[in-house]
Amino acid sequence: MKGWMGKFKVFSLLGFVALFLSACGKENLTALDPKGYGADKAMDLIILPTVIMSFVLLIVMVLLVLALIKFRKKKGQEDFIPKQVEGNKTLETVWTVIPILLLIIIAVPTLIYEFDLADDADASDSLNINVTGNQYWWHFDYEGLDIQTSQDVYIPADSKVYFNMKSSDVIHSFWVPTLSGKLDVNPENENTFYINAYEEGVYWGKCAEFCGPSHSLMDFKVVVVSQEEFEQWVADMQNFDPETAEPATDTAAQGRDLFEQNNCISCHAIGSSPAAIGPNLTNFGDRTKLAGVEDMTKEKLVEWIVNPELIKPGNKMTGAYPKVSDEDAELIAEYLLQLKPSEITIESAGGLK
Amino acid sequence: MSTVTAQKTSFAAVLWDYLTTVDHKKIGKLYLYGGGFFFLLGGLEAMLIRIQLIKPENDFMSAGLYNEMITMHGTTMIFFAAMPLLLGLMNAVMPLQIGARDVAFPFVNALGFWLFLFGGIMLNVSWFTGAPDAGWTAYAPLSATSPGHGVDYYVLGLQISGAGTLMGGINFLVTIVNMRAPGMTYMRMPLFTWTTFVVSVLILFAFPALTVGLFLLMFDRMFDSAFFDVALGGNSIIWQHLFWIFGHPEVYILILPAFGIFSEIFATFSRKRLFGYTAMVFATILIAFLGFMVWAHHMFTVGMGPVANSIFAIATMAIAVPTGIKIFNWLLTLWGGNITINSAMLWSLAFIPSFTIGGMTGIMVATSVADYQYHDTYFVIAHFHYVIVGGVVFGILAALHYWWPIMFRRVLNERLGKWAFWNFFIGFHLTFFIQHFLGLMGMPRRYWVFLEDQGLDTGNFISTIGAVFMTIGVILFLYNAFYSWFKGDPAPQDPWDARTLEWAVESPTPHYNFKQLPLVRGLDALWIEKMEGNGKLTPAEPLGDIHMPNGSILPFLISLGFFIAGFGFIYQTVTDVAYIFLFGGMGLALACMLVRSLKDDHGYHITKEELEKEAD
Repeated sequence: MKGWMGKFKVFSLLGFVALFLSACGKENLTALDPKGYGADKAMDLIILPTVIMSFVLLIVMVLLVLALIKFRKKKGQEDFIPKQVEGNKTLETVWTVIPILLLIIIAVPTLIYEFDLADDADASDSLNINVTGNQYWWHFDYEGLDIQTSQDVYIPADSKVYFNMKSSDVIHSFWVPTLSGKLDVNPENENTFYINAYEEGVYWGKCAEFCGPSHSLMDFKVVVVSQEEFEQWVADMQNFDPETAEPATDTAAQGRDLFEQNNCISCHAIGSSPAAIGPNLTNFGDRTKLAGVEDMTKEKLVEWIVNPELIKPGNKMTGAYPKVSDEDAELIAEYLLQLKPSEITIESAGGLK
Repeated sequence: MSTVTAQKTSFAAVLWDYLTTVDHKKIGKLYLYGGGFFFLLGGLEAMLIRIQLIKPENDFMSAGLYNEMITMHGTTMIFFAAMPLLLGLMNAVMPLQIGARDVAFPFVNALGFWLFLFGGIMLNVSWFTGAPDAGWTAYAPLSATSPGHGVDYYVLGLQISGAGTLMGGINFLVTIVNMRAPGMTYMRMPLFTWTTFVVSVLILFAFPALTVGLFLLMFDRMFDSAFFDVALGGNSIIWQHLFWIFGHPEVYILILPAFGIFSEIFATFSRKRLFGYTAMVFATILIAFLGFMVWAHHMFTVGMGPVANSIFAIATMAIAVPTGIKIFNWLLTLWGGNITINSAMLWSLAFIPSFTIGGMTGIMVATSVADYQYHDTYFVIAHFHYVIVGGVVFGILAALHYWWPIMFRRVLNERLGKWAFWNFFIGFHLTFFIQHFLGLMGMPRRYWVFLEDQGLDTGNFISTIGAVFMTIGVILFLYNAFYSWFKGDPAPQDPWDARTLEWAVESPTPHYNFKQLPLVRGLDALWIEKMEGNGKLTPAEPLGDIHMPNGSILPFLISLGFFIAGFGFIYQTVTDVAYIFLFGGMGLALACMLVRSLKDDHGYHITKEELEKEAD
């Protein structure tokens, strides 16, 4: 009975560990709860070696503990000299061959998955997004759609979306843990991979290659929406014309004038534009995070416009524009926050969890 | 000239003695002091990193300072703590293990140490002017474009100390090939000597890749070349290749000596011959060989394509086989033995599960597709700390406890030793185990802050608490070292009833090591004599004059010259005054080399009569 209870305890403990693992981390950030093809495949190959290697670890632990219990020096036997064994061919063969077999079990699916994920034969028939990594923000250019965004990238669910990535400065790495593994964003070549998201929602993206002081603040969001919503979003973005779109309020209109007077426009495009010196602000009002990390409030935005260095150390905006007063910054903020060209937003996609 | 008279001299004389020494035992100690100092510095940096990460969005330090901290922690621990501590142990023990009177090139040995020390000081001087902030891997173009002089100090510091390490490697190779005592065939060499030998080969082939990489970076930063500047036709990925062609063998440069150490300790305290000696030797060689074939597994996410990724994934997995062989051989060494558990043994026993977990995660990160998730996250941080702390640091601490009586004539206090062990061991697992999960939960490495409400708070908090325990462990070990020195009694010659030649030397070790070179009759030379009732080794030669090298201040001065020239190189981009340092320093170094080359130094002889007199 006691033995049975012991087993029960072990099993319940294992169950606990499994539960702990599946509930591990924040939804739509953790890699342990995959919701995309790449992350799914990676998860398979996280579990398989973990199970196999845990089995090896268990054997090692059992042998170690048994050896220590059985062969620890006993009273009265201090001078006992054990038999000086040179080795054992059979045993040594066994622990050479079995690991090789175990490794083959791991290696075969690794190779299959590796080539599977690298297969980009259908790239030209899919949605392609050209990504530029910058210190410390992301630029997304929808190929053939005349849409540019930064920080938030909108993609349709259940279809392959290709990301063609290049850096404008140092090396970055594009990582959306819940949807896919990461890929480096290099200055010299274009790296391509795809994301195929299973579920609608807003996913956290992180820069995973050390890129300077604000490396940890280079977050972005992947907004996965249904195919229809995506099409609507594309239409909304394409129909938005900054020349004709009148600001919602008077103060916002004043803000737009200031935006132009202060020459913000020389770096920040509003509406479709190939310019990518600074983030494109077309749908700025739909973002839920300022600079990728801060809560999007007017106060924070004013703080950012007046002195971005306080929020993102080492960013390239600091010092690249004339000094802006708090009052002017408030007006500009007013203008930027009402830039909401589409109904399809992070909020409508379920919000950032 | 005997050690007894040397001990009674003044402080200045002792200082002069150490500045000019070419004795491998003293150089070994210098390496331990230097490496120990940098280990504490690196540990302090680690603690500051953990304090910054104790809570989300902490403002304990600025982003810039944090990046300097992680860069300096990594660089210091790998190049200026782990490597010199191991080189110190090799220096202190290896010549004794093979029955040699010193290393092959005592002068070069001293030069190697001083270059390491000045390189380490060079790097740390940068704390006063702005430390390097591009990570210990210094990936271009971030490193090539990093403002200020931090990365310049990194380049020069590593270049100077790297030259020293390369010399050390060549020196050990020649020593082991040429200076083994009569009868000490290759397959009778203790495992620690074997690993020293193999590691020296690794150093010989791996360090030049780093040297080349550092030169390219130096030219880019100081002389306007464009090796890594994409806009001018350069390529930044080439840095990653060069760095890891060095960097991966470097991991084995660190871990293989630890394997050697554990092999000695398990055999000694099980009172049993090392199980599968031959397999152990060939596994070591195989690991070293494969170690050169796997560098690009650090670069799975670079975009090399599925073919390259697959090849490097398979090659990496293959290393698990010889490593597994080693683990099981150690277990079978324990099996059937008569096991004593003391501090040295505790560190060694703790190594087995810790390192096996590190190896297990090693296979996991070798699985390229899964590595797309692990790469550059805290999972990788956890993995390599399990390998380097659980393997190398445990190994160094085990070795210190084990060989302390030979190096410092004391047996370390057992009680303190066990306290230090348990604090460090528990702290280590507390700090790093949770980091596997932090990585998979979406925490990339080198993050100055992690955001609030991302599910990362608890893990990071636990990790920091673990770091506190590790710190307590280290402090206890240090206290133990001083306590034993002042309160301990002189250690007996062979306190562990050990098996190898270094324990056959009288205590304190005479500066010529062996009055008469010993005759080695098999593996575990001392044990064989003990079992046959001799208790000591038969001399292989009649008592005669011993030829010894003279001490010299030149290694110190050469290194000082390069050190001064280093500042010249760094600041010639800013001011012409720096050329005085550049040419002055190089002049000093080259002049000293010239003196060394032109002035014959035949050393001196300890005569047979003196040796006989000492015996009385």
